[in-house]
Amino acid sequence: MGQPCAVIGVGQTKHDVKRIDVSIAGLVREAAERALADAELDWNEIDAVVVGKAPDMFEGVMMPELYLAEALGAAGKPMLRVHTAGSVGGTTAIVAASLVEAGVHERVLTVAFEKQSESNAMWALTIKVPFQQSIVAGAGGYFAPLIRAYMRRSGAPDDTGIRVALKDRQNALKNPYAHLVFPDISFEQIAGSPMLWDPIRFLETCPSSDGACAMVLGNESTAKRAPRKPAWVHATAMKSEPTMFAGRDQVNPQAGRDCAAELYKKAGITDPRREIDCAEIYVPFSWFEPMWMENLGFAEEGKGWEMTYSGATALTGDLPVNMSGGVLSSNPIGASGMLRFAESALQVRGMAGEHQVDGAKRALGHAYGGGSQFFSMWIVGDQPL
Amino acid sequence: MRPVAIISFAQAPSKRREAERNEVELLMPVVAEAVERSGIPKREIGFTVSGSCDYVAGQPFSFVSALDAVGAWPPITESHVEMDGAFALYEAWVKIQTGQCDSALVYAFGKSSMGDLPAVLNLQLDPYYLAPLGVDSTSLEALQARMLLERGGASERSLAEIAVRVRRAAKDNPNAQLRGDFEIEKLLAEPYLASPLREHDCPPISDGAAAVVLAAGDLARRVSKRPAWIRGIDHRIEVQALGLRDLARSESTALAAKKAGVPGRRIDVAELHAAYTHHEPILRAALGLGEDVVVNPSGGPLCANPFMATGLVRFGEAAMRVQEGRAKTALAHATSGPCLQQNLVCVLEGD
Repeated sequence: MGQPCAVIGVGQTKHDVKRIDVSIAGLVREAAERALADAELDWNEIDAVVVGKAPDMFEGVMMPELYLAEALGAAGKPMLRVHTAGSVGGTTAIVAASLVEAGVHERVLTVAFEKQSESNAMWALTIKVPFQQSIVAGAGGYFAPLIRAYMRRSGAPDDTGIRVALKDRQNALKNPYAHLVFPDISFEQIAGSPMLWDPIRFLETCPSSDGACAMVLGNESTAKRAPRKPAWVHATAMKSEPTMFAGRDQVNPQAGRDCAAELYKKAGITDPRREIDCAEIYVPFSWFEPMWMENLGFAEEGKGWEMTYSGATALTGDLPVNMSGGVLSSNPIGASGMLRFAESALQVRGMAGEHQVDGAKRALGHAYGGGSQFFSMWIVGDQPL
Repeated sequence: MRPVAIISFAQAPSKRREAERNEVELLMPVVAEAVERSGIPKREIGFTVSGSCDYVAGQPFSFVSALDAVGAWPPITESHVEMDGAFALYEAWVKIQTGQCDSALVYAFGKSSMGDLPAVLNLQLDPYYLAPLGVDSTSLEALQARMLLERGGASERSLAEIAVRVRRAAKDNPNAQLRGDFEIEKLLAEPYLASPLREHDCPPISDGAAAVVLAAGDLARRVSKRPAWIRGIDHRIEVQALGLRDLARSESTALAAKKAGVPGRRIDVAELHAAYTHHEPILRAALGLGEDVVVNPSGGPLCANPFMATGLVRFGEAAMRVQEGRAKTALAHATSGPCLQQNLVCVLEGD
């Protein structure tokens, strides 16, 4: 695992449908400055910068980190740009952590963002390439059949997704950075919202957001000197599998199961449901909460929906999930994975504000991307492993 | 730092247009050859990482289908950078340093024939103030070349001499796209593409792919007779805005070279990502390479420029010369961004 690594600074922007008050550079800088302020570090104390975002066509800027080098104080430093589809925010954090774990750098700034209002993600996802199937209806069109397969397999009640959405939207009311804020959100309101891709309703869907997330990662000596409590990285893991082949289980993908197994092994966890205090996981459509509960080994196969139903994943449950309101409430795609990782760090630092889980000592951050085929995860703790 | 070496390399011959094969078909034999030559069973390679660019493929998530070229089943630990494959190699080197794996497969691909690359590269620029002006990469590079000429760092003739030299060297490289003997006077009689750059000063449009396998310490020694050890590796970026840089010099290259341990070291051969003739004198100066150092014996990017794989090919060509005993110490360089904005430098050495 190499040298110990800890999160010593976290920053994020207010996520919104259109951040017309800032350029792309202004957006990433807003998050980065907040992370540096949290760590009480200056730009010149950062050794390297690792940037992540989803496809460049979402903004129409090719390899935008080149243009962002100045805004992110990277001149004269190493800068890397990660792109692993929806999981990219998580993978970017892992690449940044590996620079510290390898002993190459002491303090690394990592930033992930998406400014979806600059372009149109649905368009960017719908390009028809010769000899390849077009996704046509964006991510929802791709994932809806997987959800239907899950419903059929598990026999989960039809309103499970509504309950997830209600919980996440209520949690978002406690998060000042959340994009979607519905103060009077109700079960009926979600149930009555338009059906977009059956069985996914409008209010069971993530928004398109402008937003960024940043973290400062430090080595052991830096973390011990940090002004605020660090979140120690206990384990990281990433796994990928091909998009399609005969017999591939896209509902409960092997890559996700393998990734979780490797993660728990590295972190010395044998009973994740008991040993992990809370989880921020990538749920762009409500039904993915029960699906990932099973994939992550928190519930037996076919039983993930029971965790939602029993309230186990609520803020007051035994395994709170998406305390921040999750991807359903804020979705700057490239940053969505890093937000999960950053929120898990805030929890074990005791800095999650109104959506803090009391006494959270060990938290999971999770992201996935592509056709449920790219996974990245980490476990952070309030103490070094 | 753990000792890590390049133990195998494979590349697709660069072509002006790979009309018959898509990216996966281009990659499959290259990846298979690199893995085969490494002597490490594919299942035992601990990490896979690639470099490519969606805007070259004209498609979001273009790296996703490329995963089919490595056969990621059962699932593999894998990552991707939206950068030249040389930077993917850097990520792999870091991963091995963490102790989480002992070997890594790195691949990169690009089919720039599918679009108008100089025009597409405009999209790398500041999207609010510069890109809308429509300036293409050839014009930006011409500004840098002009700056170098005015400083006395080169002449149009000396740049043409570089083109003649590398195309002659490429006669020995079956993977090169442009090669042969050319007369300087004829080249100088050609019209400008963007003054002072003529066609011979610019890289060809290429389709291509490359793959490298890295291994750490004992594993490298076990599977390779002569591993090309990474003695130093570092990369640095500069601000993009051309007005804020001294274009006639490459500060980021000089800094990366210092961090990689280049100064004071005897270098036998250097494979430089000098895609334009004027890059070579700028890079030579930044790297401190004397006239005795053989630069781009493969012909370099002026003879084959599979965009996004060009930098990784430099690593492979440099490593190959060390592995074959033709050089003791080789330098590999990769660049990204307009006018040498970001630079990666690596020293490779035999035992």
